Amino acid sequence: MGLKRIVTRVFGDDSFVTTKLDAAIGWSRKYSLFMYPFVTACCGMEYMSVSSSHYDLDRFGAAFPRFSPRQADVLIVVGTISHKIAPVLTRVYEQMTEPKWVIAFGVCTCTGGFYDNYATVQGIDTLIPVDIYIPGCPPRPETVIQGIMMLQEKIQKQRQEY
Amino acid sequence: MGRATEILRARFADCFLDAHEQHGDETVVLRPEGIATVAAFLRSDAELQFNVLMDVTAVDYPGRTPRFEVVYHFYSLPRRARLRVKLPVPEEQPEVDSLTPLWKSANWYEREVWDMFGIRFRGHPNLKRILMYEGFEGHPLRKDYPIKKRQPLIGPMN
Repeated sequence: MGLKRIVTRVFGDDSFVTTKLDAAIGWSRKYSLFMYPFVTACCGMEYMSVSSSHYDLDRFGAAFPRFSPRQADVLIVVGTISHKIAPVLTRVYEQMTEPKWVIAFGVCTCTGGFYDNYATVQGIDTLIPVDIYIPGCPPRPETVIQGIMMLQEKIQKQRQEY
Repeated sequence: MGRATEILRARFADCFLDAHEQHGDETVVLRPEGIATVAAFLRSDAELQFNVLMDVTAVDYPGRTPRFEVVYHFYSLPRRARLRVKLPVPEEQPEVDSLTPLWKSANWYEREVWDMFGIRFRGHPNLKRILMYEGFEGHPLRKDYPIKKRQPLIGPMN
């Protein structure tokens, strides 16, 4: 078993650590985030910035974006969602396998932002469940990193399904 | 008076309504019935050579009769000249001839005008909504579309 091998390697042959299985799984899951960027608008620039080497998302185990929802576990929705694109977003979310989390990146995805009009979805939580809301127009990379750290905290604490 | 205005006034006197000019750019207001003929002429005339249709849009003037105005922007690449053509369109029968047979660029512009203003284009090959989803009710850029109206998402049907 993988966990036993790690414990043996870190603490020696006849050592053991006590933990709850939930906590151990949460710990391993939170440092292995595979993000699917659903980018529709100008926030995408800020997403590119935050995912570049300068801000180094690899520190959080979240560096490698997957461009297929079937291989991702974090859906990061970046940019204004119009009613016309909404069914696509729902479809992408449904294609992801459990466990999965959703980050609303930018104020448009959180609430619709200043696009309070006939064409724009007023917050993606009207379509799919959202774990972390990152406000800002666009959010600064520091804000995004804080959001990712909050998601890690949430993953660590949540009840794990396995 | 600009050259295009002059020519159009002489040649299409029966559908010529008005004209003005600003910063060297001409605008003519025509009866909507003649647009297909006039546009074909603008494109093929050896002197005018308006070979690009740059934009088709519309304006809603609530309380005015006729209520709508369809606006075309033509450009002549060889002459580097612009021409704006406006067509007053009544609310009761918001319909004008499509220019898609003449310019392919008209295709999506006319779909947008249909989507946003509810003005139909006779002879358009595929006149369906382009920005809003199918099943959306009403035309949101009409001034009487309620600003706070939200519609339930029906989703694309095609």
